[in-house]
Amino acid sequence: MTYRLAPIDKSPFAAEREDDFTVIGSVVQRSDARGHVTGRTEFFEDVAPPGLLHLKMHRSARHHARIRGVDLTEALAVPGVVRILTHADIPNNLYTPLKLIGVEPDDEPILAVDKVRYLGEPICAVVAESEAAALEGAARVRVDYEDLPAVFDVEEALAEGAPLVNEYHGRNFFTYEGHHCRRIRFGDVEKAFGQADHVFEWRYESAPIEQAPTETTGCVVIPQADGRLRIHSDTQACFFTLDNTALILGVPFNKLRIVGGTVGGGFGGKVDVIVEPVACVAAMMTDRPVKFVYNRYEEMQVSSPRAAERIYIKDAVMNDGRIIGRKVTLYVDSGAYARHTPYGTTKAAAHMPGPYSIPNVWADCHCVFTNRTPSSAMRGFGVTIGDFALESQMDRVARALSMDPLQLRLLNAYRDGDLKAHRKVAEGTALVEVVQKAAEMVGHELPEAYRRMSSTTREGL
Amino acid sequence: MPSQIVSLVVNGEPREFIARPGVTLLAVLREALGLTAAKRGCAQGSCGTCTVLVDDRPAPACLIAVETVADCSVRTLEGVAVGGNLDEVQSSFVDNFATQCGFCTAGMIMVAEALLDRDPDPSEEDVAEAISGNVCRCTGYRPIMIAILDAARRRRGESVEGIEGTAPARPAEEAVSR
Repeated sequence: MTYRLAPIDKSPFAAEREDDFTVIGSVVQRSDARGHVTGRTEFFEDVAPPGLLHLKMHRSARHHARIRGVDLTEALAVPGVVRILTHADIPNNLYTPLKLIGVEPDDEPILAVDKVRYLGEPICAVVAESEAAALEGAARVRVDYEDLPAVFDVEEALAEGAPLVNEYHGRNFFTYEGHHCRRIRFGDVEKAFGQADHVFEWRYESAPIEQAPTETTGCVVIPQADGRLRIHSDTQACFFTLDNTALILGVPFNKLRIVGGTVGGGFGGKVDVIVEPVACVAAMMTDRPVKFVYNRYEEMQVSSPRAAERIYIKDAVMNDGRIIGRKVTLYVDSGAYARHTPYGTTKAAAHMPGPYSIPNVWADCHCVFTNRTPSSAMRGFGVTIGDFALESQMDRVARALSMDPLQLRLLNAYRDGDLKAHRKVAEGTALVEVVQKAAEMVGHELPEAYRRMSSTTREGL
Repeated sequence: MPSQIVSLVVNGEPREFIARPGVTLLAVLREALGLTAAKRGCAQGSCGTCTVLVDDRPAPACLIAVETVADCSVRTLEGVAVGGNLDEVQSSFVDNFATQCGFCTAGMIMVAEALLDRDPDPSEEDVAEAISGNVCRCTGYRPIMIAILDAARRRRGESVEGIEGTAPARPAEEAVSR
């Protein structure tokens, strides 16, 4: 195995540099800008087919409850209400977000069956001639609940005797190849704590963060004469929407056509395939175009946010600033269902212990189910909050040692050739140079020895 | 209450339509008149994506019952470009990369049009104040403000070269060296 020698290796592009590059380094007009400034860019909700029906959800008013009965009588009597969909109308009533990459079990009904697991969970879908009629119908659905104890805290959810959130998993955590969490075991952290001059342990916590796109999540589904469905959607993931929806409908992929690519802000919040399947079922059952779009309240309340996390970091540190051990216990709040959070938790584990060469590392990263809104993707999910914790930890360690926080990072930064906790050899590292450059740009003076450090060598350490 | 016939002057053209009581100006523009540039972002008057000009003043079309503005003049983004040519604000938004997803753009341009119509030489603070009711979530406020100030210069007939912080004025070599 060979490792490159320079932090930024330009050699693979040496020949290309001689080509007539015209894009990089020059100003190129965005291809969509003219559409945006003239109002001609077509967003999904700009599609207004004749005969359009509107779909609105009746949502759970409870955090955790058994459904004893659903009474649609009053709702069906609302003038303009065409049809009300329940779980029995959905061909395969389970979302399948990661099935195609082997992450199972599917754990989330499209429409609730016998239980609701979070406030705002969809129970039935009211389809009507107007938005007002659909809203009125949704408001008149009567659900008889039997309340169940709910849990909202990741550590309480893992404690003995906690209420079981999601029966598809059978436990309040996602199981990774037989393990209760994603784990890293490298060296011996307990030994490191015994040898260290200092042991620092702090806790970090984040709240869920809503992506809050200016355009809310939604779609317009139009049945075609050839029996296919045309789905106008603001999804960030057209093909994901295509395959997930086809699996839920139980139809071949070629029965669906997705028209997308115009997204009025997504930031990860439009990756889950949530609105399209039920709108497709409504369009198939009525043979009419159907629009299902979140209002602002739904976007904030039920669209999946960035997961809340709680992270404990315990460091074994020597007087000179070398970190010789790091133990991380990380909890990701998946909410009531998995969606993309098991994947996000894996990313969190992959990101530990940060870009530092630490000889002893122990990490347990838990994907935990609670009765909160299911969390999912958002910009660097699984990594961003971990970084907040890691870099806060670095600053606090530096402060505790009365040490320059940049010097602490330079001292511990990984170098090319270092074996990382995941048994991968670091290559292409550039943290040393980035810290040096950042220091220079803000006029932060570094001692000569630190200015001479390099990602390609362990000299000076 | 029965539906009624309502007249508006939309982008200079007299238009008539049948409106149910309480139907919003936004719904009329988008659904009855097919003018979809103004967007529904929150439908509660707090995001600015539906902003149009009613008698030359910015207004949230999602909150206005259309019968309350009968016979008024309404201007939407569709009425800004003349004969396929972008006006100063539009071309400045393109040149200064003041759009990303494009969903807030119609509202931003309409408040900019209203601002420049009443003040051809606004300060940066004036621009910030003008767009303060319009939400951009792709974190583009800075380029949007630069574009509006640049548009003011263009409309006053001043050179568009050498404006600090704008993309076209930055030499390509400098961008490469970064």
